[in-house]
Amino acid sequence: MIVAEQKPLDEIRRTIAPYEKILILGCGTCMTVCNAGGEKEVSVLHSALKVAQTRGRNEAHSFLEYTVKRQCEFEFLDMLVDKVKEVDAILSLGCGVGVQVLAERFSDTPTLPGVNTSFMGASKEWGVWDERCAACGECRLAETAGICPITRCAKGILNGPCAGSKNGKCEVNKDTDCAWILIYERLERLGQLEKMRRYYPPRNFCPIPRPRRLVSKVDINLGGNDG
Amino acid sequence: MAKSLFEEKLNSGKFLVTTEIGPSKGADTSEIVHHIELLKDKVDALNVTDHQSSVMRFPSLGGCLLIKEHGGEPILQMTTRDRNRLALQADLLLAYSRGIRNVLCLTGDAIEVGDHKEAKPVFDLDSVQLIRMVRTMESGKDLAGHDLNGAPEFCLGATVHPAADFIEPQLIKFDKKVAAGTQFFQTQGIYDLDCLRRFMQYARQFNVKILAGIIVLASARMARYMNDNVPGVIVPQATINELSSVEKGKGLQKGIEIAVQLIKTIKEENLCHGVHIMAVGRENIVPEILEAAGVGVSVPA
Repeated sequence: MIVAEQKPLDEIRRTIAPYEKILILGCGTCMTVCNAGGEKEVSVLHSALKVAQTRGRNEAHSFLEYTVKRQCEFEFLDMLVDKVKEVDAILSLGCGVGVQVLAERFSDTPTLPGVNTSFMGASKEWGVWDERCAACGECRLAETAGICPITRCAKGILNGPCAGSKNGKCEVNKDTDCAWILIYERLERLGQLEKMRRYYPPRNFCPIPRPRRLVSKVDINLGGNDG
Repeated sequence: MAKSLFEEKLNSGKFLVTTEIGPSKGADTSEIVHHIELLKDKVDALNVTDHQSSVMRFPSLGGCLLIKEHGGEPILQMTTRDRNRLALQADLLLAYSRGIRNVLCLTGDAIEVGDHKEAKPVFDLDSVQLIRMVRTMESGKDLAGHDLNGAPEFCLGATVHPAADFIEPQLIKFDKKVAAGTQFFQTQGIYDLDCLRRFMQYARQFNVKILAGIIVLASARMARYMNDNVPGVIVPQATINELSSVEKGKGLQKGIEIAVQLIKTIKEENLCHGVHIMAVGRENIVPEILEAAGVGVSVPA
């Protein structure tokens, strides 16, 4: 899932300052799970902005709050047409994708980000998320025992650990596991160390020039999916 | 014909000594030149570090050009941290065109340990890929397979970490560096000679020269600091105790003694093919170490 963190309240207040009526818009998928911008966070932010406004001067915002199931898909945004007509700006608590799909759908309304989108990751424990995928476009997890060196090695190197690995930890952060030690241990357990002995050539960054586009090779019109 | 003077020496079978110059930060090169003059005739080759510890300094390539100007034998340290494959290849072409013929291929420390923490880390290649890229260029092609108008040739080195606390993955990487065409290794700092002996038992099967890295410590505090903060440095507790045993102000002298003793033993017992002395900002003490250890190129009278 996509993991994000809500922006500091002061930054949000500066961003919304020029606008009077604001729609605080949550997202019901990733942002809800990572506690950055679901229905609950929309409501809490709404209250916080109102409280801050009563303390501030010359501020007269009015807020609407709403949460859609997914901000990143156009069909979920159609239901917002009437609400967006009423406001001067949308404060999106969706990820960076959500903010941009909103901006594209509602081209006359300023769309402001309320979260900093961080990475794609998994929940390690309640309230803690770890990055797991860099969306490099060339998945090599079959060679690295299901542990991604591009995402989890600070240098993203492909042919084994650097000399900075100490006590199984990374030179950048003593709390972070060295990805290459994890890969070595797991390959050994799986009896696949020959995969680590192989030479891996430089990465192909061709899939990376931005923005990327993926055109599905599956014929989505003729599939046997009747569900 | 040998690709460089240093390669000739690698093949000569003599005990080799290299050391390194860590350039200062700034456009004033007088200190670098002073260190070059001080060391160039006393060692077999002089490395110039490439933004060591990710701290921005005068460049390795610039330092190596100065060594050439002053008649020394440079080893260009080249990390993949700051340059992508275009910039690395271009710098190699420039280096070759100006007579620099030895390159030490490194991945480089992480940006986060240095003084420009907000910089973009590049790491387009890793050290093994860099070694292979140089060998590809020597065949007359660039990394994209296009013809080069004039191919460079280099004597290639790399690093290895015999003191790593988890040695097997490091040895796998060592194997890959050897297979990629590395001719010599300058190891990370060695203090425990048993560790070097074990590593050499393994490494002797390969046709590569190993120069043991000798980092000169100036105090127990410096040793602990390096253990905690400098990637690739593991100073054993016994060495820290030795440094703590002397009175205040005598730490550097003790550090020099430790270095000299290590070098002497390595040479006497023929543990490996030479040493690489890293004085970490104290290049001035290297001549004293060479003399006390009885190694290095004798200065013509």
